[in-house]
Amino acid sequence: MTLKPILMICAVLSVAACTDPGRFGADDVTSNAGLGAGGVVPGSANDPTSPAYFQQAVGDRVLFAVDQSTLTPEGRATLEGQAIWLLQNADFTAVIEGHADEQGTREYNLALGARRADAARAYLVSQGVQAGRLQVVSYGKERPIEVCSEEACYAKNRRAVTVLAGGLTS
Amino acid sequence: MMCRVLLIVMLVFGVTAATAQNGPLRIEITEGVIEPLPVAIPDLVPENAEAAAMGQQLSRVIAADLAGTGLFREIPANAFISQITDFAAPVQYADWKAINAQALVTGAVTVIGDQVTVKFRLHDVFSDTELGEGLQFAGTTDGWRRIAHKVADVVYSRITGETGYFDSRVVYVSETGPKNERRKRLAVMDYDGANVQYLTGSEAIVLAPRFSADGNRVLYTSYETGFPRIYVLDVGSVQQRVLESQQGTMSFAPRFAPDGQTVVYSLSQGANTDIWAMNINSGQSQRLTSTPAIETAPSFSPDGSQIVFESDRSGSPQLYIMPAGGGEAKRISFGEGRYGTPVWSPRGDLIAFTKQTQGRFHIGVMRIDGSEERLLTASFLDEGPTWSPNGRVIMFARETQGAAGRSTLYSVDITGRNLRPVRTPEGGSDPSWGPLQR
Repeated sequence: MTLKPILMICAVLSVAACTDPGRFGADDVTSNAGLGAGGVVPGSANDPTSPAYFQQAVGDRVLFAVDQSTLTPEGRATLEGQAIWLLQNADFTAVIEGHADEQGTREYNLALGARRADAARAYLVSQGVQAGRLQVVSYGKERPIEVCSEEACYAKNRRAVTVLAGGLTS
Repeated sequence: MMCRVLLIVMLVFGVTAATAQNGPLRIEITEGVIEPLPVAIPDLVPENAEAAAMGQQLSRVIAADLAGTGLFREIPANAFISQITDFAAPVQYADWKAINAQALVTGAVTVIGDQVTVKFRLHDVFSDTELGEGLQFAGTTDGWRRIAHKVADVVYSRITGETGYFDSRVVYVSETGPKNERRKRLAVMDYDGANVQYLTGSEAIVLAPRFSADGNRVLYTSYETGFPRIYVLDVGSVQQRVLESQQGTMSFAPRFAPDGQTVVYSLSQGANTDIWAMNINSGQSQRLTSTPAIETAPSFSPDGSQIVFESDRSGSPQLYIMPAGGGEAKRISFGEGRYGTPVWSPRGDLIAFTKQTQGRFHIGVMRIDGSEERLLTASFLDEGPTWSPNGRVIMFARETQGAAGRSTLYSVDITGRNLRPVRTPEGGSDPSWGPLQR
């Protein structure tokens, strides 16, 4: 019966893979960090050079106020962390995705998402990241991560997400 | 592959018809019809065995077209006193008056192989006479619904004095799945939701298809490359190609000029979104707006001389009109709230738009100088109006609230009456109503 636990572990991993990475909080990172240097699994969230670390420990997204594309102090702090990481991990490029909540027309939200993505891009460039490593795309209101029609969800959907696009050498 | 060739033979038959063009049988649409006109539409008489089933099918579609306008009310067949069993026999007007049928449509159908032939007459019951001449339409059995729509268009046109809109198609985005995993693909359908045909897969997000004036081509936005780009699709062959675009930009919200040669669209470069025009054949493009604001959702006037669009240059999204070649824009919307997706009516006199105010969305119309604004709908999220070919009806998408929110197509008269869902196999959004077919 040794097969059974292995199957169960596989099942858990696949569920985790399906979960929106954006929902991982800092708690996960903290608990993983307890493994220490000897416990670092390359590519996992406790490998500081991994995209998973970038996503979860550095923070891959910044949020915006209603109809705004101005960066908040929290947003700038997150982007400063992203810039440091990108400078240290120079092999990676990134696509910055701009998103809007559903309270707006499709076309306007596409343009608003472009503004948000560009605000994040411009700030990263101001922090020394090479402009050529960054691309922007707007999804408007097409790809919400939260589905309720309330401000609690809208606040999380109004975002710019820095998605690492593989290593430059890969 | 999708063009069901409809051979239209318009034959005048019978000489008894006295045309009563200004007779009592008349609906003035502009007045806003409150009491629909009672109409009897008996099953068309099958003139051979092959046509047996077709008589009833045709009459049901004709009736659905007319009743669907809200201007007509069908009298149920079980109220009929006389039956129409011989198309050539004189109509017993007294029997139809007795059930208060003001209009009566009689017809006959013949099916030979894959050919359907329909003849029909429209009767002005209370004038004891026909309204207009008898007509005959012929087409293929596959395209039988188009023949019914043609008949209904004639009836509508003779009674209202307006061009009909039933023999027309709508291209739209067919949607499945929850909000955070929505899958979208382009589809084209008859105006009433029948004969849906899918034009793309749902691997990449597709948005806002727009018919050319002749209905042969569709512009749309796709994320096929990972970035929004504009594509043009030939509806007949379903062949598509991407339009020219600069590296590092995003393009979306395309619409054809009336001539079908020029495309206006939005181009995002960095934080700024402007309106551009492109010659679809040469790929030559020209920038039409140059403010740092968001400029999007351009739509041509029917004569091609002007463009109405949306801009937040004043601080909130409002509607503006500029010359087709660019230049000074005049703001036309001044009400409270945010205005978007303006669409010029085919008659040229009105602009339909989406309006967001106090947490609700509306579809509305205003005159081209911004006066006489009228909101036609209200809901959690209504957007994306498109005009019927005769400028009397607007189709749009309504998304419901919450986690289980779903988008459905609706239509509404420009009077604000007759709001009704358009039944599609899946969810629907971003409709674009094509021309009346030939």
